[in-house]
Amino acid sequence: MLMKIDKIIGSAIPLKGNDIDTDRIIPARFLKCVVFDGLGHHVFEDDRREEKSRGSVHPFDHPEYKKGTILVVNNNFGCGSSREHAPQALKRFGIKAIIGESFAEIFFGNCLALGVPCLRVGEKEAALIQTMIEEKPSEQYTVDISDLTLKKGKDVICPLFMQGTVQEQFLSGTWDVTGILLENQSLIKQVASRLPYLNWA
Amino acid sequence: MGKTLYEKVLEIHTVAKLPSGHLQLFVGTQLLHEVTSPQAFAMIRERDLKVLYPSRNFATADHIIPTTSYQRPFADTVAEEMMQALEKNTADFRIRFFDLEKEEGGIVHVIGPEQGITQPGMTITCGDSHTSTHGAFGAIAFGIGTSQIRDVLATQTLSMEPLKVRQVRIEGKLNPGVYAKDVILFVINKLGVKGGVGYAYEFAGSTIEAMNMEERMTICNMAIEAGARVGYVNPDQKTYDYLKGKPYAPKDKDWDKAVSFYESVRTDPDARFDDTVVFQASSIEPMVTWGITPGQSVAVTGNIPLAASVPPGEQKLFKEALEYMSFTEGTPILGTPVDVAFIGSCTNGRLSDLEAAAEIVRGHQVKKGMLALVVPGSQKIKRQAEQMGLHTIFKEAGFEWREAGCSLCLAMNPDQLKGKQISASSSNRNFKGRQGSPTGRTLLMSPAMVACASIYGVVSDVRELIQERKK
Ligand code: SF4
Repeated sequence: MLMKIDKIIGSAIPLKGNDIDTDRIIPARFLKCVVFDGLGHHVFEDDRREEKSRGSVHPFDHPEYKKGTILVVNNNFGCGSSREHAPQALKRFGIKAIIGESFAEIFFGNCLALGVPCLRVGEKEAALIQTMIEEKPSEQYTVDISDLTLKKGKDVICPLFMQGTVQEQFLSGTWDVTGILLENQSLIKQVASRLPYLNWA
Repeated sequence: MGKTLYEKVLEIHTVAKLPSGHLQLFVGTQLLHEVTSPQAFAMIRERDLKVLYPSRNFATADHIIPTTSYQRPFADTVAEEMMQALEKNTADFRIRFFDLEKEEGGIVHVIGPEQGITQPGMTITCGDSHTSTHGAFGAIAFGIGTSQIRDVLATQTLSMEPLKVRQVRIEGKLNPGVYAKDVILFVINKLGVKGGVGYAYEFAGSTIEAMNMEERMTICNMAIEAGARVGYVNPDQKTYDYLKGKPYAPKDKDWDKAVSFYESVRTDPDARFDDTVVFQASSIEPMVTWGITPGQSVAVTGNIPLAASVPPGEQKLFKEALEYMSFTEGTPILGTPVDVAFIGSCTNGRLSDLEAAAEIVRGHQVKKGMLALVVPGSQKIKRQAEQMGLHTIFKEAGFEWREAGCSLCLAMNPDQLKGKQISASSSNRNFKGRQGSPTGRTLLMSPAMVACASIYGVVSDVRELIQERKK
């Protein structure tokens, strides 16, 4: 039942700026929720509203980026809170992979647990990709996890970086911890039968 | 070579070593509450999974509960929605729910021990960082995130990286007016709020051994504030006496087997620790926090530190704290005016805490203009306290006697500070905005010290009041 992730194909969204924190990704007032479902609508809500009031358009409101599944960011993306709401909100908006100069560690781990790969590129490459997207928003890209490249059609735009062990987790489907844990059902039962306190009335 | 309790408990709960190098650990008991569980249940439904061991999961509602009245529906619609989600999830998946309507509700970390669910040698998880509380019984208990709650629901296991073990030994007799809360605030001050990262803290030594179970819970509760996800005390006769006869405790012929199991998980005399620190109980005074982390504290007779005495790495936080608190470096903490007194929370909302505070309050009046709250940790504690007449002592002094819940500990319910109010609080976190107002200020201290502050309206030394009483 493990879900392998080796390629993400789709159009992209450029989101410029360093240190974009989890509170900006999903404002704190949306943390008091019962399910993650609605979070996709509120992603970047305050930033989007602010852009609007200034008469400009936030990338997440831009009609041409709306279907984007690959998010391209800059430095230290996702810093701030350890809650899973930020990656959940992005995923539920439709983001399937994130390319950036660097990611906050906990955010990176939370994305991994949701099956959203975060891949690193250099500063120049990040700017280059963002410009390419702005020039032609409808362009389809491929994030290839098996050879760690970003492609446009068959052409390689640039290499992507990801730790070998993390790459392996996406390719083998073992990023899905629940799936792995479930595979050990019989071992779980064995431990349970051995634990003294489970056998007392 | 002997083993620590931590190593032994992990060993008997290990299911497998995972490809990631982490351990798959069996969770003996999962505790659930309304704030962090609904998304996990939603994920279970989304993926069409089952709850593997419903009988090893227990739920209660505590964070969002209004403490003036439990009248449903709650005025706060989000709170009502969370409550309904918990009721539905526990009913659908056949999980035991400790219901307010049946008078068995309370804070999750109070209910576990109260019901005898928390037992030595067990692994316990909950979507809440203060799960370390249950370590007081010699359980390995720690807080987890939403996707781990989902994993425990679906498999009764989770993936985790083992911790190192530091023994924190406290030796000798505590002075009068010094409580478990002062001991843990002192330890956090000495070892730092990040000092325990990567460690489980084993609390030991004659001071800890002399403590009753509720005091040990106060200590383990705040292990997380020292950076240690796990804090524990080896089980002993006090642990067994406390547990025996509780609703979920082993019964009849199982009891003797249980005690020998509990004895077997105790740390061996020749166990090796990754680190050991020792403190003398006699050097501990009543403690008060002055800043925005539980490590920023001083003895009640002490001064807020001078910038010059603060290490370079902590300068930024030091300045931030002074600015937020509107305090001046080098000034005494004694005499700091307070607006609110809060006695409660999973740190200090148990019967012995209420008794200690009532003992101070008896015969006195709350300073005019102050708001003073007592919020028992559970409905059972509330009943017991009422049978003892504690509520009368508090009410006559001018305290509000509330229903059980988390209340002003993190103010997810209507109990909140206003503006820049300062509260003397028996809870565990003095983070910015923690008590409901983005500019509100929190001084952490023992319940007796909170009671004392409520009488004088300023931070006061409870030892003086105790001395007076004796005369
Ligand atoms: S009393 Fe405070 S710390 Fe304890 S569970 Fe409730 S909110 Fe968390």
